[in-house]
Amino acid sequence: MMGMKRDKKDEEDASGGNPFHNVEKTAVLQEARIFNETPVKARRCTHVLTKILYLINQGEVLGTTEATEAFFAMTKLFQSKDVVLRRMVYLGIKELATIAEDVIIVTSSLTKDMTGKEDTYRAPAIRALTAITDNTMLQAIERYMKQAIVDKSPAVSSAALVSSLHLFKTAPEVIKRWVNEAQEALNSDNVMVQYHGLGLLYQIRKTDRLGVTKLVAKLTKMPLKSPYAACHLIRMVCKLIEEEESAGGEVTALMDYLESCLRHKSEMVIYEAAHAIVNLRRTGPRELAPAISVLQLFCSSPKPALRFAAVRTLSNVAMTHPAAVTACNLDLENLITDSNRSIATLAITTLLKTGGEASVDRLMKQIASFVSEISDEFKVVVVEAIRSLGLKYPRKHSTLMSFLSGMLRDEGGLEYKASIADTIIAIVEDNPDAKEAGLTHLCEFIEDCEHTSLAVRILHLLGREGPRTKQPSKYIRFIYNRVILENAAVRAAAVSALSHFGATCEDLLPNILVLLQRSQMDTDDEVRDRATYFYSVLSRKQAALNSQYILEGLQASLVTLEKALLNYVQHPSEAPFDLKSVPLAPVIEERHVAPTGQLDGGGSRATPASVAAPTATRLPATATRQDVYIEKLSAIPQFDSFGPLFKSSAPAELTESETEYVVRCVKHTYAQHMVLQFDCTNTLSDQLLENVNVAVEAPEGFDILVSIPCEKLEYSVLGTCYVALSLPESVLSSTGTCSATLKFTVKDCDPTTGQPDSDDGYEDDYVLEDVEIGVSDHIQRAAKASFGTAWEEMGSTNELQETFSLPAIRTLDEAVRNIISFLGLQPCEWTDKVPEGKSAHTLLLSGVFRGGYEVLVRSKLALSPEGGVTMQLSVRSGDAEVSELVASAVG
Amino acid sequence: MGGLLSYFRSLIGSREMRILILGLDGAGKTTILYRLQVGEVVTTIPTIGFNVEQVTYKNLKFQVWDLGGQTSIRPYWRCYYSNTDAIIYVVDSVDKDRIGISKQELVSMLEEEELKGAILAVLANKQDMDGAMSVAEVHQALGLDLLRNRTFQIFKTSAIKGEGLDQAMDWLSNALQSRK
Repeated sequence: MMGMKRDKKDEEDASGGNPFHNVEKTAVLQEARIFNETPVKARRCTHVLTKILYLINQGEVLGTTEATEAFFAMTKLFQSKDVVLRRMVYLGIKELATIAEDVIIVTSSLTKDMTGKEDTYRAPAIRALTAITDNTMLQAIERYMKQAIVDKSPAVSSAALVSSLHLFKTAPEVIKRWVNEAQEALNSDNVMVQYHGLGLLYQIRKTDRLGVTKLVAKLTKMPLKSPYAACHLIRMVCKLIEEEESAGGEVTALMDYLESCLRHKSEMVIYEAAHAIVNLRRTGPRELAPAISVLQLFCSSPKPALRFAAVRTLSNVAMTHPAAVTACNLDLENLITDSNRSIATLAITTLLKTGGEASVDRLMKQIASFVSEISDEFKVVVVEAIRSLGLKYPRKHSTLMSFLSGMLRDEGGLEYKASIADTIIAIVEDNPDAKEAGLTHLCEFIEDCEHTSLAVRILHLLGREGPRTKQPSKYIRFIYNRVILENAAVRAAAVSALSHFGATCEDLLPNILVLLQRSQMDTDDEVRDRATYFYSVLSRKQAALNSQYILEGLQASLVTLEKALLNYVQHPSEAPFDLKSVPLAPVIEERHVAPTGQLDGGGSRATPASVAAPTATRLPATATRQDVYIEKLSAIPQFDSFGPLFKSSAPAELTESETEYVVRCVKHTYAQHMVLQFDCTNTLSDQLLENVNVAVEAPEGFDILVSIPCEKLEYSVLGTCYVALSLPESVLSSTGTCSATLKFTVKDCDPTTGQPDSDDGYEDDYVLEDVEIGVSDHIQRAAKASFGTAWEEMGSTNELQETFSLPAIRTLDEAVRNIISFLGLQPCEWTDKVPEGKSAHTLLLSGVFRGGYEVLVRSKLALSPEGGVTMQLSVRSGDAEVSELVASAVG
Repeated sequence: MGGLLSYFRSLIGSREMRILILGLDGAGKTTILYRLQVGEVVTTIPTIGFNVEQVTYKNLKFQVWDLGGQTSIRPYWRCYYSNTDAIIYVVDSVDKDRIGISKQELVSMLEEEELKGAILAVLANKQDMDGAMSVAEVHQALGLDLLRNRTFQIFKTSAIKGEGLDQAMDWLSNALQSRK
């Protein structure tokens, strides 16, 4: 009786507010000693356990000793028959399982509870048991788990199935043996058991494509009772469709199934099917129509969750298939006034994507009316919609620009502001008409910008774009204001931007020099250093110096440069450090810079490297693919004498993807050598390959120096072998074709263990596709900010000019893409974008040939009246033979 | 009525007695626990951790902890020593090879401060099997004649047949009650 009274008083004290608000770890662990008392005071113990769980969930960290002590004290509570307390103990076990030591001590107790008569104990006991079981213990409880899966209580069965899914991560081999039980669960009448059964079955078969195909074929014919299972099946079907598609298989039956799900009686399944169909790559207008009409119906559903799901999906579809979504415009219009702002925002942004040019002004006004009410996250959605609008309707740029600048002035976090700035930058780059206005808005924005990283980006853009506008001088004031008012990082960026103006605009140079001179008094080292550096370069008044040391920037790969410098410092030599010995950073083609920009879908717009640069500064310098190769190759002593790696090609498939052996080739070019790297995979589980090498027949002039075999190629483990070639003396014969054959010794082996049946093997070979060595393998992309300057500077000594007609190519766009991929050069000044409706275009390309020769190419293209494209190609480089090779490559 | 009930309570002692069943793995601890609780032989698997059950014997309530005897589990016995009233130490009388280990475990357990007041019942189990050591041999092998200051008794039992357990429990009940 006393105890009950006290408990009541406790409750009263705690009423109002969080009863745990001043719970403290040490005190609670002290209280946990009560667990050791006999007889157990169930109510008190439950309360203390609750406090411990609360603390853990609040992020409080328990030390191993503390946790173990609490855990062992808690195990004593198994003597109590109190149901509530026991269930709290299960929760406690799960929470402490990963922190405390020796948690297996409760295995027997939990096994007993999971097989016992008390139904309320069984499911949670299974879950707790899974949390404490490691791989070695799993065998001991396997029998019980299998029984639990097929138990007639749905709660027990579900718990066992979900637990098995978790265990699959650590012990897939054991769980795979439970496939029959999972199969039985799949036939359950309970919706959750069926769903969980399918989940486990799929997990077990996931890696076995044939198994999944069979499972799907069976299930699509037998209607699943559980809507959850049906949704899961739809996801499996989608994955299978994508896989079959890429392998060239037949998917009509699967597509039919998805469509039939649109007529399911459960809304959940209908939505899942519609969502699946619109997201499939293969989906065209015919498949899309029924899915869209289902989503359209959902738009007028009384349930907000369904409306939201539908409009969100439609908003995504609008990116890829705007025409299909137009049918829903009326429904979307109705949703603009939805009381749920998230739904309204998505509706408007979808309409912006699908609507005509005429409706833009009206919709923008609608958004403006409530933009202040929505969260940053949705504001970003709005900004992205505006961005795609800007690309779609260039003529609307003034409406959009003024709207964006209004948003820039509003309150908002960095991510929101950055997305606006990104959008303005994207519009400025895409649309020359919008450039002046956009730059002006950005200038105004940095007058009052609290985000250093954003200010730095914008200053970088101003430095690049400002000098080429009609009136560069008006930007100087904005930039110099930053030098006076801002923090060091922004000041430094402003100084760099100023120097670009000095290097490009001759009439502004005296003024810039004065400003730079003032900055040499700055309090910050970096700002002073930059000012001094730029001042001394600019005061020489040499165009070549300006372009090389101010406009171009550093093109070397940063990770490799760091390594090279470290190496130089550790092994000092008489010769000064040569920057040319550091390989150039491969120009990154960052698609995600324009995440939602493409309205036309397939149009692949290689983002200019200069856009990528400021973005990259925000990311930490990560090792690129090439840096990984360098690491790998430098570990092979035979390649030491080749010098620094110049370029690595993209991997080329030498086999079909579905064959017994899959081989891909990467070509690594050095100054005088080439290494062919063959990545081989053995897809036969009953074979072990040994002494794997690729026999190469080198073209004229190439010599095979060394071939490094791969000792052992186990099933589905990637192995690599190499062939090193010396390149011909004459640059002109640098290209050619190598025939290649995979040679190896086969040993038959047991598919499950991978152990060979016997020591005897037999020799075999496998013919691969030829390895093509083209001009692009010898050329590294390198951007030139000002092509004209570089062109003049190079001079016409090694200039070659030729005219070709390309009858097979239909459009200028196609011609541009072909030339770029063929020569492997970097397009300059965005000349890779052909303005619409033009019949002639000039493509400017630059790069570096192995050995450090710069290559510049000017390609004048014109549509010829009789079809096809005529091209006049001018090549300039530091070496006559290089020019000749490049010029001859196109023909 | 209430007065009468409390009278009976005082007669039989209201507190549950706490008993630990210890011994090497495979000695028959779990079988003994369930023989005591449900009166039947149940199929057992090696205990990983412990089983705890309430056992009623002649109106006396016991809370019986059966702790796993595998080498890896033995170090955790000590976590459950506090407040123990009695220990049932089970020995596999057939396993002559490991009787020495069994003795060591018994000796080091009895040295524990927390078990100073606990009553000890040693069960020489598996007497139904051929080649089982006699009670005297087990007594000798465990070195029980050197035991001082401890209330203890040794019994010959067969948990499978249910022999000897009643005698042991009778002795334990009497010893525990007379201790008060």
